[in-house]
Amino acid sequence: MRHNPYIYIFIMAAVTFLIRVLPLTLIRKRITNKTLRSFLYYVPYVTLAVMTFPAIIDATGSIWSGIAALAVGVVLAFYGVGLFGVAVCSCAVVFIIELIIL
Amino acid sequence: MSENKNWYKKGIRDGIPIGLGYFAVAFTLGIAAAGAGFTAFQATLTSFLINASAGEFAGFTLIAAGAGYLEVAVMELVANARYLLMSCALSQKLKPDTPFIHRILIGFDVTDELFGIAVSVPGTLNPFYNYGAMTVAIPGWACGTCLGVVMGNVLPTSLVRALSVGLYGMFIAIIIPPASKSKIIALIITVSMALSFIFSRVSIFFAISPGIKTILLTVVISLAAAVFFPVKEDEADAA
Repeated sequence: MRHNPYIYIFIMAAVTFLIRVLPLTLIRKRITNKTLRSFLYYVPYVTLAVMTFPAIIDATGSIWSGIAALAVGVVLAFYGVGLFGVAVCSCAVVFIIELIIL
Repeated sequence: MSENKNWYKKGIRDGIPIGLGYFAVAFTLGIAAAGAGFTAFQATLTSFLINASAGEFAGFTLIAAGAGYLEVAVMELVANARYLLMSCALSQKLKPDTPFIHRILIGFDVTDELFGIAVSVPGTLNPFYNYGAMTVAIPGWACGTCLGVVMGNVLPTSLVRALSVGLYGMFIAIIIPPASKSKIIALIITVSMALSFIFSRVSIFFAISPGIKTILLTVVISLAAAVFFPVKEDEADAA
């Protein structure tokens, strides 16, 4: 480490805090522009989808366990299983498959 | 008053899987922090204040490589810029008269996961829902980081790898139910994943960092979706 760790921590925290807080505090009104509203409506789905795939198949020891986790997660979520159930089952699938194939 | 209490409890309940997932992911983050020369206390403090996986990973990696303050600041800006979009989206979930202090507190912990559960709440967002989730998520993240520094590589890697999928499982559980009700959302999710795959596999895109990739794809795809499939007023409110 070249410099003071606490200054590094302060810089990282300050930059991240401003990014997160500025829009929430500056945008106080309801946005009425239809395209902008639609854009913000789609943002979460696109962001989460982009971050999930292909990251889920790269995070595991084999792409097959990752694909299996994705498939099981999608099926369970489709049938209404909640956040915790889907998360735990995905982990279990990866653990079991890697136990067998690796 | 009791409404706030109920939302707080609901937030804790939905925050538990997130906290557990964070604990597992933060463990590997702690290993990275140790590699950059941080003590357990410093790494835990960082995680307590920042709560951002990609941002912290990128920061620790740069610091380990001997980067200066400015480089680290720019890296944080890039790696966390997607929170700017999420924060914009969240501003529309709140009642317009939500006090400043609530906006700051919610903003402090805008993460991929907390954003995910907050936007999927029907109607307007009660800040206490976020506080409930934060009560579980922040300690999970900070404790995981601390243990990662202290215990290093004690946990078997097979277990750490399996746990790392938990966060993606949660993302899936957030985006699939609305997709099963709306063909447009299903289409947008499919396109997003396909383009994300291409970006991560085709070598001309390798120079783009994962943070920038996420922002770029989010802006382009969401904008196209907004132009081609503008949402009706009531639909956007329920989001």
